[in-house]
Amino acid sequence: MTDFRGSHKAEISLIVNGELKKVQAYPMERLLDVLRFELGLTGAKEGCGEGECGSCSVLMDGALVNSCLVPVLQAAGTSIVTIEGLARRDTLHVLQEAFLECGGAQCGICTPGMILAAVHLLNAKPQPTVDEIREGLSGNLCRCTGYAQIVEAVAEAARRRSSV
Amino acid sequence: MNTERIVGKSVPRKEGRDKVTGESKYVDDMVLPNMLFGATVRSQVPRGRITKITFGPGIAWEEFVVVSAKDIPGKNCIALIGEDQPCLASEVVNHPEEPILLLAHPDRHLLPQAVAAISIDYESLPAIFTIEQSEHRSEIIWGEDNVFKTYLIEKGSFDGIWEKADYIVEGEYSTGAQEQLYIENNGMIAAYDEAQGITVWGSLQCPYYIHKALMALCNFPAEKVRVVQMETGGAFGGKEEYPSMIAAHAALLAIKAGRPVKIVYDRMEDMAATTKRHPSRTRHRTAVSRDGKILGGEIDFTIDGGAYATLSSVVLSRGVIHAGGPYYWPSVRIRAKAVATNAPPHGAFRGFGAPQSLFAMERHMDRIAQIVGLSPVEIRRRNFLQAGQATTTAQVVREPIDLGKLLDRALDVSDYEAKKQRFAKQNQLGASKKGMGIAAFLHGAGFTGSGERYLSSVVGVEGCADGSVRVLVSSTEFGQGTKTVLSQIAAEALRLPYENVSMAQPDTLEVPNSGPTVASRTVMVVGKLVQSAALGIAQTLISSGLLREGYSPDAFRAACQQHVAKLGAIRSWSRYEAPSGIFWDDQAYRGEAYAAFAWAIYIAEVTVDLTTYSVSVDDFVALQEVGKVLHPLLARGQIIGGIAQGIGFSLYEKVVWQNGRMQNGQMTNYIMPTSSDLPSIRVFFEELGNIHGAYGAKGIGELPMDGPAPAIVNAIEDALGVPFDSIPLLPEDIMVGLAASSPVGSTDGGQ
Repeated sequence: MTDFRGSHKAEISLIVNGELKKVQAYPMERLLDVLRFELGLTGAKEGCGEGECGSCSVLMDGALVNSCLVPVLQAAGTSIVTIEGLARRDTLHVLQEAFLECGGAQCGICTPGMILAAVHLLNAKPQPTVDEIREGLSGNLCRCTGYAQIVEAVAEAARRRSSV
Repeated sequence: MNTERIVGKSVPRKEGRDKVTGESKYVDDMVLPNMLFGATVRSQVPRGRITKITFGPGIAWEEFVVVSAKDIPGKNCIALIGEDQPCLASEVVNHPEEPILLLAHPDRHLLPQAVAAISIDYESLPAIFTIEQSEHRSEIIWGEDNVFKTYLIEKGSFDGIWEKADYIVEGEYSTGAQEQLYIENNGMIAAYDEAQGITVWGSLQCPYYIHKALMALCNFPAEKVRVVQMETGGAFGGKEEYPSMIAAHAALLAIKAGRPVKIVYDRMEDMAATTKRHPSRTRHRTAVSRDGKILGGEIDFTIDGGAYATLSSVVLSRGVIHAGGPYYWPSVRIRAKAVATNAPPHGAFRGFGAPQSLFAMERHMDRIAQIVGLSPVEIRRRNFLQAGQATTTAQVVREPIDLGKLLDRALDVSDYEAKKQRFAKQNQLGASKKGMGIAAFLHGAGFTGSGERYLSSVVGVEGCADGSVRVLVSSTEFGQGTKTVLSQIAAEALRLPYENVSMAQPDTLEVPNSGPTVASRTVMVVGKLVQSAALGIAQTLISSGLLREGYSPDAFRAACQQHVAKLGAIRSWSRYEAPSGIFWDDQAYRGEAYAAFAWAIYIAEVTVDLTTYSVSVDDFVALQEVGKVLHPLLARGQIIGGIAQGIGFSLYEKVVWQNGRMQNGQMTNYIMPTSSDLPSIRVFFEELGNIHGAYGAKGIGELPMDGPAPAIVNAIEDALGVPFDSIPLLPEDIMVGLAASSPVGSTDGGQ
């Protein structure tokens, strides 16, 4: 953790889950901390703080990023999607539904990042093979599931989306 | 026959929706008004006497709350089984990362520099770091002999066994420390108020362990301590005992500050300072007949407990009881001990000693097979425990388990024999070699021996004003599905829809002590109590005349509403009672060690790349008998998740130690399996049932941790023809092992 008191807070604008947000933040503060502590979006989690575990994953202009490695300045002007932005009112996103039904969430701590990684994967490859799913999620660590039911959830979501 | 409607079905996880939407609240997601952030100042040496503490320049110390051992109102210890572990070191430190001082400040960004600005001088004392150094006793660092605990299990007579034996097979096996690596780091928030006392919210497995520790630390009566579990992001044993330490620290800061304090570790602090799986060493000496039957043997099982006793005695207990595996020993002598070293205390981790002793047993079976000249399949078949025979603790197997049949099925689904033949041919050529490995094992569910009787767990079930039912237990959810399965059991018992049952948040103000959430005991032991407490609600309603036998869910709801409105709350309690005929002798370590064992055969198929020496697990078959499977989806998830951790334990996860301190406390250099490292893991269940468990359930959580390591290392030996007896087994270890075994280019007497 860094002491930012040598620098000055600046107003930074970004779009989060479709809404324009203006925050007062130190430019080098982590996007993760701004989301969690300034905007109250605690769905993104800190697991390692060094970009290894992926539990802080969010989408930034459609790219999957570890928000613990992104200075908030870099996110200025971008559009961020967090787990809180996936469900539409009471309707879960197809991936959230599939994770529930297939047992893709156990303790739940990696789940928000994992689901966003899966959203990113299905955007790039709507019908991935099992190997492509395993590869596509390999930046997100899960200690509970051994991944099998996560992989099955993503395959199931892809199947449902194609049949709509 | 099978009349259950809810158990046995994969109903939706109770808290699942909040987990997939990110709404679940973990401790770091919680903020209290006026909250400070806490940090821990830790020892930098493995052993020494503290001579001076200096608060360095450049820090506005007046802004910080500082706590030392002097601020502890009660006993300076983390009360667990014993009281040897200090909450804050005051005069001496016994391991690196031992807590000495605590700091709190409103701005969490300022804490790391403040911690770094404190320098501590030590008069250094000699330290020891290995089992062998501890046994040597040139330095005594704990008690009179560095030994936390010993056990001796003896069965049968050794008269003439060694003389009668056609073969005497010896082996030594070892396992390394392993980090639990829950993805949510440890954390606690504490708040203090003179009237209400201390409240902590946190990531934890055992609310009443913390309750007990805080009572002793603060010298508070039970009603002045409240412990609340937040959603917990993985635990695996790693949040069994250490959370008491963090809760104690947060509580001390909160009492001194008069404001709430949050302590959340970062990954490096969590890995360096908190518990890991006990490193182990096991020696086997076995007398075997010409036809491959075990005549008797001696097993010596030793674990490294680190600097304080904590849970080592119970880890050792489970390890020693499992040391003989699922085999019949006409005579056996098992000596076990837990010894002290100057490392942070090792602790609970899924399997709790059994993965260590079973790794040795199952590697040793392959060694016996080779020496006798039988296959790994045949040696196991000839020695399996049969129904009616007694285990090493003289516990008679009363259920109709047939391990030979279990083995047949596992061989069949893994295509073992055909693959083994094919690989033997293919391995003569090519830059990689393939192999098949078997592990046969058992895992006892619930506390060992008289443990459940001492725990004397209580659960409650409540009929609510809206007619629904709420389960009151201190059993915690941290991924396994506690809330889901206990709700299923209550719904089944009352013949209500699953949706009509909810779970109280584990909060010591509200829920009774249903024991710790450990030891694969929740579904089997606590579940059985939930079943009987739930039935008590129906009985109350029926005997008050509000409900009739054969009621519908709607009638139940109406009767419950009426009762609460007119006669007041309905609560039904159920306390554990040991089944009759269960005998256990704590002194002789003999008797019914567990109310039930789960049984399993795991088969691994591996490829070893001869260029990089990396091992890939290509297929993994996991066949187990776990009593009745109450929730197939969750059960399969538990098995696969446990096997993934077992693969990590075998092939990836190496704690690098230097002077008692973990050097690779980051996810960058402590490597666990990713989604692209794991094979397809094929899970099969057999269901014999169990009279001691809710609806026939046995324990399941720890079982899958036991089998992967021996199955994989046996498969590696099958591929390479070279034995490896120590894990983790990294590519460099295989390279060295192959070089040592090869007659050409051997530099250290490989012939």
